[in-house]
Amino acid sequence: MRCAVIQFPGSNCDTDCQAALLSFFGVEAEIVWHKKTSLAGYDAVVLPGGFSYGDYLRCGSIARFSPIMDAVRLAASTGVLVLGICNGFQILCEAGLLPGTLMRNRSLLFRCEHIHLRVESDASPFTSVLHHGQVLRIPIAHGEGSYFADPETLRALDVNKQILFRYCDDRGNVTPEANPNGSLENIAGICSHGRNVFGLMPHPERVCDSVLGGTDGRGVFQSMIEWVADHRSSAIKQG
Amino acid sequence: MSTSPITPELVAKHGLSPEEYEKVLSILGREPSFEELGVFSVMWSEHCSYKNSRPELRKFPTTGPSVLVKAGEENAGVIDIGDGWAVAFKIESHNHPSAVEPFQGAATGVGGIIRDIFTMGARPVFLMDSLRFGSIEGETEQSKTNRRLFAGVVAGIAHYGNCIGLPTIAGEVYFDESYSGNPLVNAFCLGILRHEQIARGAAKGVGNPVFYVGAETGRDGLAGAAFASRELTEESKADRPAVQVGDPFREKLLLEACLELLASGCVAGIQDMGAAGLTCSTCETASRGGTGVEIDIQLVPKRAQGLSPYEVLLSESQERMLVIVNKGQEEQVKQIFEKWDLPYASIGFVTDDGRMRVRNGEKIVVDVPARALADDGPLYSRDAAPFVPPSQIDLSTVPYSDPLKALPALLAYPSIASKRWVWRQYDHMVRTGTAVLPGSDAAVFVVREAGKILAAATDCNAIYCRLDPKLGASIAVAEAARNLACSGAVPIGVTDNLNFGNPHKPENFYQLRAAVEGISEGCRAFNVPVTGGNVSLYNESPAGAIDPTPTISMVGKIDDVSHITTQTFKAAGDRIFLIGETGSELGGSHYLLVIHGRKEGAPPVLDFLKEIAIHKALLALIRKGVVRSAHDCSEGGLGVALAESCFGMGLGASIELVATNQRTDVLLFNETQGRIVISVAPSDEKAAAAELAKAGVPFRCIGIVTAEPELSITTGESIYAWPVNSLVEVFENAIPSLMES
Repeated sequence: MRCAVIQFPGSNCDTDCQAALLSFFGVEAEIVWHKKTSLAGYDAVVLPGGFSYGDYLRCGSIARFSPIMDAVRLAASTGVLVLGICNGFQILCEAGLLPGTLMRNRSLLFRCEHIHLRVESDASPFTSVLHHGQVLRIPIAHGEGSYFADPETLRALDVNKQILFRYCDDRGNVTPEANPNGSLENIAGICSHGRNVFGLMPHPERVCDSVLGGTDGRGVFQSMIEWVADHRSSAIKQG
Repeated sequence: MSTSPITPELVAKHGLSPEEYEKVLSILGREPSFEELGVFSVMWSEHCSYKNSRPELRKFPTTGPSVLVKAGEENAGVIDIGDGWAVAFKIESHNHPSAVEPFQGAATGVGGIIRDIFTMGARPVFLMDSLRFGSIEGETEQSKTNRRLFAGVVAGIAHYGNCIGLPTIAGEVYFDESYSGNPLVNAFCLGILRHEQIARGAAKGVGNPVFYVGAETGRDGLAGAAFASRELTEESKADRPAVQVGDPFREKLLLEACLELLASGCVAGIQDMGAAGLTCSTCETASRGGTGVEIDIQLVPKRAQGLSPYEVLLSESQERMLVIVNKGQEEQVKQIFEKWDLPYASIGFVTDDGRMRVRNGEKIVVDVPARALADDGPLYSRDAAPFVPPSQIDLSTVPYSDPLKALPALLAYPSIASKRWVWRQYDHMVRTGTAVLPGSDAAVFVVREAGKILAAATDCNAIYCRLDPKLGASIAVAEAARNLACSGAVPIGVTDNLNFGNPHKPENFYQLRAAVEGISEGCRAFNVPVTGGNVSLYNESPAGAIDPTPTISMVGKIDDVSHITTQTFKAAGDRIFLIGETGSELGGSHYLLVIHGRKEGAPPVLDFLKEIAIHKALLALIRKGVVRSAHDCSEGGLGVALAESCFGMGLGASIELVATNQRTDVLLFNETQGRIVISVAPSDEKAAAAELAKAGVPFRCIGIVTAEPELSITTGESIYAWPVNSLVEVFENAIPSLMES
């Protein structure tokens, strides 16, 4: 798999994603500066966490105008895997590549801690090695992660099984107490209708190393790698 | 030269004494210009010149085989950690700004210390903070203010650290009346670099261009260094313009650009603009380089209209750097600044005449010898009041308090209670290296690019320091070392933040001097160099001086991931050992403070030799792989340490303490130094005991870890038992319930 990790000004999980892909999967991920305009030849694109443009104005709202975003849109439209983590999720929503938006946490405070996620669908390139109902322990670190969409959009997400992760307790119960930020329906991550664009607030790259508190994040990357191996021919060759 | 008349009133307003002004006259051989007066005023403030503390600071042990850059030489000290890698780290205060504007004051404190680290050529990897506030309990106006300050400071640290992408992995927060109106905000940053990457803040190479890069200069933070060198008063709120406004996004760009720039080999010298801004960076680089620097104010990027030369020189606008570029490589440098969308300008050049010369277009507004300004400031040895040793606590004056109630009360006391409310607001996992999360004895961070494991802790029990400054400071060093040992680390260096009151008052100056001696003794005993730090004096509010607070941040190294140890009991059936002897002293203890409302007595005795033997024995056990958990006994003594060890895994402990004629409250809550609670697997019990006996340290097996989540302690005839859940609840809820009510 050839993977690009986009570096926006203010990205700060870019090297974490790069290191996780290299150390635990042997994937040579390349940091791609946001002023570049092509993503030709990559099988997967990661929009990492951070505070692009300081998250001034509104999270992701400036980054979506970065020169690289046209290439991200093109890649997404041709079936390349696009993964947005935290700020990357916010950018994908602002760019219209995923529906809905991420609002200020209900507590109004930034929250960094391990939470639990339930796999809601394993029918996606990002969750295929996981199984439906599986509980993962993955950290969050955000101030604006409360997922919101209008009822019609929510219904469509549900019907199409685009909700891939929900916040839950350690036994997999999706409860209001297990919701760290006030997201509607405890939504933690959603994919696009075409299923090749995925955004989530938790940080899978932070739990790939047992020394750092767990390996529950590996499944997302492993799924992507296996999917790409199976679908290599569909990757774009031109940008 | 400016023609504004320099009156004695103007000199006094600049905080210069008549004697200091005489010295200015003799250095210049003429009357200073208005701008020069401002320049001398900030450079000779305590904050920049350490004029009241420098003679004391010389007592610190600062050398050692691993010291690559010594304390005071550059912006931060640098220590070798092997295989060509090194760490640069430092702690710095932002107390006064945080008192008048907590969010920005704390945020810019974090920004400032991060700049100090990447100025050294190091990539910053983690942060810590040491915070002190007045009491946050109760409904008085003062406690409401204290809560507002606490919330604002934490939010400010979170804002800056989270945005720039550095994990805040450890710290300490204490609450005490002496900090009402004068909170302490000490921020620590550590960075990693290759030996050959060490950058210098020296203006080398006559004729080299001097670049300004980063945020445009505004009116914020005007003469902040001078502001920080005064006592806080009712009128201090009017000093709000002296507080800077931080932009962590700009600093992130600056950080990446500077590291790229340093890697390019185009840089002859680099210095951040922190306290005293452009003034300090130009004269210090010239002084260090043995050269001169000439700049033109008109070329400086500005964000405000009509800034006078005086304002530009004294502004402390954040996120700015001064870069001396090798002549001929200007284009390469410009490309890097442009890539990162940073404002920049070539504002001057290095000269050979040793002068700091500032032009405003054609007109020269400052022309002073750089070295005299940077290094030849006044030095004072103040009067120290004689020390009256505190007397031992007469136990008959302390009524017995039922441990059943005292333990939860101690766990709910904000200084002891869980700080989760604080660190949950900090991203403590970004940069994927945090192996031990905040809340254990020391944080542990794996630096993946270097393949090194670092541990860090920050400590200071200011009650001890108030009662006996020298002993209290030594205990701060010993406790930091003990915390590192509990995590499996060997200390490699110390940075200190000396927070004291007005040094003109003899009792305060005594505290400063004694604390420096206490730290020096401690660092010599543990064979750890002081690699730099910060002095913050004039920490006073109308109610008086703060308790002396010499904060110690200690960095250590762990050899192998298998040695990383935390405080939580791991498995039912594990044997619990107490290493170290328990005495009967209650002086300075939190039990005496929280339960009996008394802040008095002699702090516990510290015996360096015993302490060191215990740390060595513990480390030997950890390296043998038999230690499941390790936690030191500090505030709240053995009782609190045992309770905290039960938190986290849903386990309990059954403890049996040998019957003595000692009162149970004294036995459980005294704060005898040099004690560590460890747990080992039953199969390792004999080996552990044999190892400790061989090391000659006192120890006793005091109980076992239980599957039932209950802490029960038997002393002679009496049994005390607490459901662990109820203890967790008071421990975890104490601060949230105060802050969210």
